[in-house]
Amino acid sequence: MRGILKLAYKLLVNDKAKFTALIVGITFSVFLMVQMMAMFAGILNRASATVLNVGAPIWIMDPAVQTVANTIGMPDYVLDAVRSMQGVNYAVPFYSGGALVKLADGTYQSVTIMGLDDTTLFGRPPLLEGKLEDIYGENAFVVVKDTEFRKLENPSVGTQFEVNDNRGVIVGIAEVSSASLFGVPTLYTTYYRALQYLPNPRFTISYVLAEPKQASDIPRIKQQVQALGYLALTRDEFMDRISDFYKYQTNIGTNILIMTVMSFIVGLSISGQTFYTFVLENLEKFGALKAMGAKSRELISMILFQASFTALAGYGLGIGLCALLISLARVRLPDYAAMITYWDLVFAFVMVVIIAGVSSYFGVRRVLRIEPFEIFRG
Amino acid sequence: MATPAITAAGIDKFFGEGEARTQALRGVSLQAYFGEMLYIVGPSGSGKTTLLSVLSGILRPDSGSVAVEGTEIWKLGGDQLADFRLHKIGFVFQDYHLFPRLTTAENVAIPLILKRVSWSQAIASALKYLEVVGLKNRADLPPVKLSGGEQQRVAIARAITGQPDILIMDEPTASLDGDTGQAIVEFVKKNVLNDKRSILIVTHDSRIYQFATRVLKMEDGRLMAIEKGGPPV
Repeated sequence: MRGILKLAYKLLVNDKAKFTALIVGITFSVFLMVQMMAMFAGILNRASATVLNVGAPIWIMDPAVQTVANTIGMPDYVLDAVRSMQGVNYAVPFYSGGALVKLADGTYQSVTIMGLDDTTLFGRPPLLEGKLEDIYGENAFVVVKDTEFRKLENPSVGTQFEVNDNRGVIVGIAEVSSASLFGVPTLYTTYYRALQYLPNPRFTISYVLAEPKQASDIPRIKQQVQALGYLALTRDEFMDRISDFYKYQTNIGTNILIMTVMSFIVGLSISGQTFYTFVLENLEKFGALKAMGAKSRELISMILFQASFTALAGYGLGIGLCALLISLARVRLPDYAAMITYWDLVFAFVMVVIIAGVSSYFGVRRVLRIEPFEIFRG
Repeated sequence: MATPAITAAGIDKFFGEGEARTQALRGVSLQAYFGEMLYIVGPSGSGKTTLLSVLSGILRPDSGSVAVEGTEIWKLGGDQLADFRLHKIGFVFQDYHLFPRLTTAENVAIPLILKRVSWSQAIASALKYLEVVGLKNRADLPPVKLSGGEQQRVAIARAITGQPDILIMDEPTASLDGDTGQAIVEFVKKNVLNDKRSILIVTHDSRIYQFATRVLKMEDGRLMAIEKGGPPV
């Protein structure tokens, strides 16, 4: 069979024009599909950046919260109640809110301010510059060095600014694993300073961050929080909830899905039509092979091999092209929001298999129908 | 020439249905022997190619039987019939049907590749047969770079590389000028025909009759006359 497959390979790749058209069709189809999904995955990842960066195992929130930025304040007793629950190792308050910062040149810049528990500083980011204990100093803030950092005029330790007519001082520069989706710089401070500096509603705790004593305590903690009228989610569940919001309650997911389907259809059309034309052009040759004694299953193997080889080559090139583009984009935009996930690869692979299957199906049908006698008759 | 390679008896073949139904073969019976070069001649539409297809296991007759070396080929299943063609029959098609994307040597090697001979062995064997037809120096060229006569010789090399007992040639001189056509058939008679092989040729070309052992004339689906050699059955 190897010889027959080699024959199929040579018939395919030696027809350079058709082979190139096939490869280009599938490559761009895969590229478009994966790029769309990678962009969406990047957006979803960024949307959950705070959850990833803070890293708390359990997030307790108002049940109406859909995204991490869409906070609804909870009363202080929730924190006390959670701390009293069975199975909770510890629980701390967490503040997340937006503010306007007045920079040294008099311009204003929107920022996200994270208020960390004063006692534990749970969820703090690792510092690149400065000392962590300085966050307890007067007016102290830690700034995150991400792509939005420059919007604060590239501050350094000691840089001053104003927040609601309060003086702020940068005491540390931090890094986080994932930059935020919303295009504004992030400042960290203590929970109580955040409450002092920012206008507050009646209830001030954005989230209660908790850790269970054991993983098996999580269901019980969830039940107890639910009994309070609030919602407890694990980190992954919260990220899924945020993803679901962007997928199903905004048009982003729908649009990405439409674009992905369109990419698939374009790829299927180009590759399917080109491959079918390739088979049609070689139909007499397949008929001659049949006359010479090739069995139907051998001809099917040849066509499936040709379709699969083209599809896999196009798949590899498409993924490579996508990775290259994302890498190039990151040279210019270090936090370019696109990431190729394993699911993207699996999905694109399945789509490519479908393209190969559909393309070869029609070719196989024609080849099986060709009668060697027609070759004889010319 | 005593042993029959092919024995066909009472072959009928119809095409179409209803009012368009026509009978292409009408009770054709013949024998082809090892060591002979049997021509089937006749006007267009007389059923020559249909008969050749039935005899070579390509087209199933509506009635009658075909025995090749004692095996009733139309009682074989699909894969068995394909194996029969692969091992017993060599085809030289009228339009050659060489693969333009393969080299000449690869074209010649195809029957061996279908027989699951390894690629390198098949190519090595193909080169030997290309040498037989005088085209070894063209082995690496694609067939489109060859002249019509050379392409015909490549087709012959391909047909015999699997060492078939029966060689079927459909209008072997149709695409060639007179001298080249005669040279090709003469070459086949000298170099390809032997006591263990039977060659059946369908042709219009009376200039090559001189090389035939027997010439049978078909008309309107029947074997009408013997133009050369002994009786057909």
